[in-house]
Amino acid sequence: MNPETLIAAFYVFALAAFLGYQVISRVPPLLHTPLMSATNAISGISLVGSIVTAGAHYNTVSTVLGFVAVTCSTINVVGGFWITERMLKMFRRREDVKKERH
Amino acid sequence: MEHAATAVSFKYYFVEFTYLLAGILFIMGLKGLSHPDTARRGMHYAEIGMLMAIIGTLLHRDIVSYEWIIAGLILGGAIGGAISYWVPMTALPQRTALSHAFGAFAAALVGISEYYREGAALGEIKVTALAFEVLLGSLTTTGSLIAFAKLQGLVPGAPMTFKGQNFFNMALLAATVGCFIYLLVTPAAAVAFYIMLGLAFLFGVMLVMPIGAADMPVVMSLLNSYAGLAAAATGFAISNNVLIIAGTLDGFSGFILSVLMCKAMNRSITNVLFGAFGSATDGGGTQAGGEMREVNLEDVATQMAYARQVVFVPGYGMATAQAQHVVRELADVLDERGVTVKYAIHPVAGRMPGHMNVLLAEANVPYSSLYELEQINPDFPNTDVAVVIGANDVVNPDARDNPKSPIAGMPILEVDHAKAVIVLKRGKGKGFSGLENPLFFKENCGMLYGDAKDSLTRLVHAVQQA
Repeated sequence: MNPETLIAAFYVFALAAFLGYQVISRVPPLLHTPLMSATNAISGISLVGSIVTAGAHYNTVSTVLGFVAVTCSTINVVGGFWITERMLKMFRRREDVKKERH
Repeated sequence: MEHAATAVSFKYYFVEFTYLLAGILFIMGLKGLSHPDTARRGMHYAEIGMLMAIIGTLLHRDIVSYEWIIAGLILGGAIGGAISYWVPMTALPQRTALSHAFGAFAAALVGISEYYREGAALGEIKVTALAFEVLLGSLTTTGSLIAFAKLQGLVPGAPMTFKGQNFFNMALLAATVGCFIYLLVTPAAAVAFYIMLGLAFLFGVMLVMPIGAADMPVVMSLLNSYAGLAAAATGFAISNNVLIIAGTLDGFSGFILSVLMCKAMNRSITNVLFGAFGSATDGGGTQAGGEMREVNLEDVATQMAYARQVVFVPGYGMATAQAQHVVRELADVLDERGVTVKYAIHPVAGRMPGHMNVLLAEANVPYSSLYELEQINPDFPNTDVAVVIGANDVVNPDARDNPKSPIAGMPILEVDHAKAVIVLKRGKGKGFSGLENPLFFKENCGMLYGDAKDSLTRLVHAVQQA
C-alpha cells in the first residue's frame, strides 16, 4: 500500500466517523434496537471482501475461509435488514393504532 | 489491446462508483432512523446501497469462479432469513449478539485468509491493519457467543468469577498485545499471528464471562462497536473505502450507545468490564427495615379504574413473562374509561438498548405513549398509580438517596413520587443485582406477587368490572 492510499483511507475514516457521530446521535432511544440491527446489517458489507476471497481461487484455504465468510456476512445482511424491517413496521402512530381498532 | 485496457478501467470505475453510492445510501439510511416515520424509507435506501455494492463486487477483476460465492450467498441468505422470520421479539438480544459474532467472524476470516496468502509480502501498513482486524474480529466473535449463551440461558447469566481473574485477564491482554506488537516489527512471524489469533479468541470469552446479565446493554453496545471497527480495519487492509465507511458507522454507533448506556447506569466502561457487578461487593446497600405491604388485586383494579393517570414501568421481567400484550390490553381498558396511560422507559431496562420500546411496539402500543426518563420523571407527582412490571434497579430510590449504594448516582425512574406504586413481582426475593430495594418498603408502595402475565390478565377483568 502506498502512503497516498493510506492517507486517503484515513480521510475517509475520519469523515465517516464525524458524519456517523452527527447522524447517529440524532437517533432517539425509541429506535436504538432497530439502530443496532441496521448498523449490523450495514457492516455486513464485509461481504464485499468475503466475496472476492471466496471467488478468486488464491488457494484452497482462502477459498474455504472466504466461503464461510460469505455465509456469515450474508446472514447479517439478509437477517439484519429483514428484522429491522420487521421491527420498524411495528412502530405505529397513535392515530394508526386507533384506526385499526375500529 | 488498447480496447481491453479501456474496458478494464471502465469496470474498475463502475465498481468503485457502486461503492461510493453504497456509502452515501448507508448514511441516508441511518439518517432516516432519526424518526419512526422516516425509518423504513431510510432502510430501503440502505438496502439498495447494499445491493449495489454486492453487484459491483461480483464484477471484481480478481474473481475467477462463482460457485463458492453463490453457495455462500444462498446458505447465508437461508439462515439469516430463517432466523429473522422465526425469532420472537423477546429474543432480539440473543439474535443481535449472534449477528455481532457472525459479522466479526467474517472480518476475522478475511483477515486470516489475507495473511495466509501474502504474509510478510503485505508490508507493515497492511499487516498492522490485518492484525487489528483479526484481533478485534476474533475477540468479538467469542465474546458475542458468550453473550448469546448468557442471554439464551445456556450458561448462567450471573457473573462468573474466580480468584485472580482481573490479573489473569490483564496478563492475557498483555500477551495478546505483545504478539500484536511483535508482528508489527516482524511481519513475517506467522507464529505470532496465529498465537495472537488464539489468545484473542480466549480473551473474548474471558472478557464477557464475568459480566452479569443486567449489564448486557453495555456489553451488547460495546461488541457492536468492536464488530464495526473490525469491518473498518478490513477496509484498511484490503483498501476498500465502503468497508471503511460502513464499519466506521457501525463502530461509532456502538460506541455512542455504550456511552449512553454507561451514563444511564452512572458507571464507567472499565467498571462494567472489570467490576463483576453484583458478585460479592455488597455491603453498601441499605438494609431497609419495615414490612413490604401486600395488596389485593381487586383494590388495585379499583385504584386504577378511578385514576386520572396510570404509568407503566416495564423491565426485563415483562419480557421473560411475555406480558407486553396483556399490558396493552389493560391499557386499552383503562383508556376506554378515560384514564391517561403512559409508559416510562429507562434506557437500560431490558437486555439491550431500546429493548422495551420494541416489545411494546410489538404489542401495538403507539410510540407516542412511550416516554423517556427525562420526560416522565416530572410527571410522576401527577400520577395516581405507577405500575412496575418486572423492573427493579431502575426504580431503586437508593440510587438517588444513598451515596453508599453500589448503584449510587444512577438516574432512576422516580416512581416513588407517584401517589401510589404497585410492584408486580414473582416473589419476595431480591432483584437481579442482589440489592435491597427500599421502594418496596415505602408507604405508598404495594406488592402484587405472582406471575406478571397472570396478574395483569386478572387485572384486566377486574378493571372491566369496577
